[in-house]
Amino acid sequence: MQQIAREQQVTLPPLTDDLSLHETGFDSLGFAILVARLEDDLGTDPFTIAEDAAFPLTVGDFVRAYENVPA
Amino acid sequence: MSPREIFALRDHLGPELKGRTISDGRRVVSLTDILEQTCLVGRFDELSNRSVLLAVSDQLISALAMTEIDGVARRMLLCPPDLKTDHVQTLIDEAEIDAIVTDQPSRWADFGVYLVMAARPPERRGTKVKTERATEWLMLTSGTSGVPKIVGHTLEALTGAIVADGPARGTPPVWATFYDIRRYGGLQILLRAILSGGSMVLTEPGEALADHVARLNAMGVTHISGTPSHWRKLLMSGAASGFSPRYVRLSGEIADQAVLDGLRKAFPDASIGHAYASTEAGVGFAVNDGLEGFPAGIVGQNRDGVEMKIVDGSLRIRSTRTAHAYVGSKAAALSDGDGFVDTGDLVELRGDRYHFVGRRGGIINIGGLKVHPEEIEAVINQHDEVRMSRARSRKSPITGSIVVADVILADGCDVSRGDEIRNKILADCRAQLPSHKVPAMIKFVEALDITAAGKLARTDA
Repeated sequence: MQQIAREQQVTLPPLTDDLSLHETGFDSLGFAILVARLEDDLGTDPFTIAEDAAFPLTVGDFVRAYENVPA
Repeated sequence: MSPREIFALRDHLGPELKGRTISDGRRVVSLTDILEQTCLVGRFDELSNRSVLLAVSDQLISALAMTEIDGVARRMLLCPPDLKTDHVQTLIDEAEIDAIVTDQPSRWADFGVYLVMAARPPERRGTKVKTERATEWLMLTSGTSGVPKIVGHTLEALTGAIVADGPARGTPPVWATFYDIRRYGGLQILLRAILSGGSMVLTEPGEALADHVARLNAMGVTHISGTPSHWRKLLMSGAASGFSPRYVRLSGEIADQAVLDGLRKAFPDASIGHAYASTEAGVGFAVNDGLEGFPAGIVGQNRDGVEMKIVDGSLRIRSTRTAHAYVGSKAAALSDGDGFVDTGDLVELRGDRYHFVGRRGGIINIGGLKVHPEEIEAVINQHDEVRMSRARSRKSPITGSIVVADVILADGCDVSRGDEIRNKILADCRAQLPSHKVPAMIKFVEALDITAAGKLARTDA
């Protein structure tokens, strides 16, 4: 996230689990890039796999979406 | 009034010019006495007034067969080597084919076509062939995934731009092209070689680029054409050194400043020109000032009888060099009521030049905004570290899609500088493009696919 923030010229607040994604300063493009890079690194994209995945609201939700991907 | 004299290809192949040849990687055939030879097995007069499918795998024999069939058959449909078997029956029906000329007669025996005539390397023929009629030349469009469209030309339209350029001065040229001659861009070069009294060097499928360039040198090639993708591939290979053509021509894709500058550096003594042509619109114009785009002044009526206008951003051309129709029972109109062909190539006026920005059908959709991948590639290709790039869309669960760029680095470029180069490219993209066109990701790749027609493969376009 730090790297994308630099590229997108966004200043990130300290990242905590209950920080809302809105407050990170990332726009939807920033998240789109993050999801795409994570998909390349991890080989999975939890938001595309699960059709009913709730859109994450906080940084913690976002991280948990990746933790809950069925292996 | 006497009927207008009909010229066919054979009428440009007299015995008076010595030393002309056509060659590929396996043979060199003299063009000087070619009219006394034939590639066709069987009764040649049976092809008279037929609709002929020319399906010969070998380009050299195809070229010789074209010179025999032109002026005799009613129609001649040129099959490119990558034609899909699934499409053959439809094309045979739509073009009313009743004869097939092929080097593989058994493969074509079951299509229900009246006559299948074998083709083979040339041998002496008994009788001389006379031009009987203006044969309709049929070519297939490239770049569509469905059945290709059949485009109808005459030899007069196909050679319009060559005749307008006037006869070659000095020693007749030795032409070569990276295109297959069964495609519009390649056929133009074959016709140039034939009409100019020169020679022709063909590509050989599967030949390594270094071997190909060695052969171009050995045959004394002076004039050569290809797509920007072909040229980038040559520049990347390092095989260009030691090759010094007099004329380098680009067509078929957008020639951006980076590739023009790259060729200028590699071939300092050559004239470098980029031509605008398409199977449907014919040859529009050639630009020889070394700059991308074209001068706005050539829009309107020019002295060669080519008329251009720009409507809704796309280039429209009316001239005697355009194709006359799409052929087939359900074929759409090729031109509008006024005879203008809509090329589907979109242009934008910047200062006193028009720049090509992409294809109407090639637009990628990024969050509801239209993006031409070519526009992004032109910015990326400006970097010395970059040899070639492809912008494409990638699906995203967040925004629908994002722009991703695949980049091939120039030779000798250190991969460990990847992050630095990536940041530089992104900074320039941000400075020159609206934010939705800035690539979200840049990937360095070893190679990018080129289609059989010599163009950068775009899977999402």
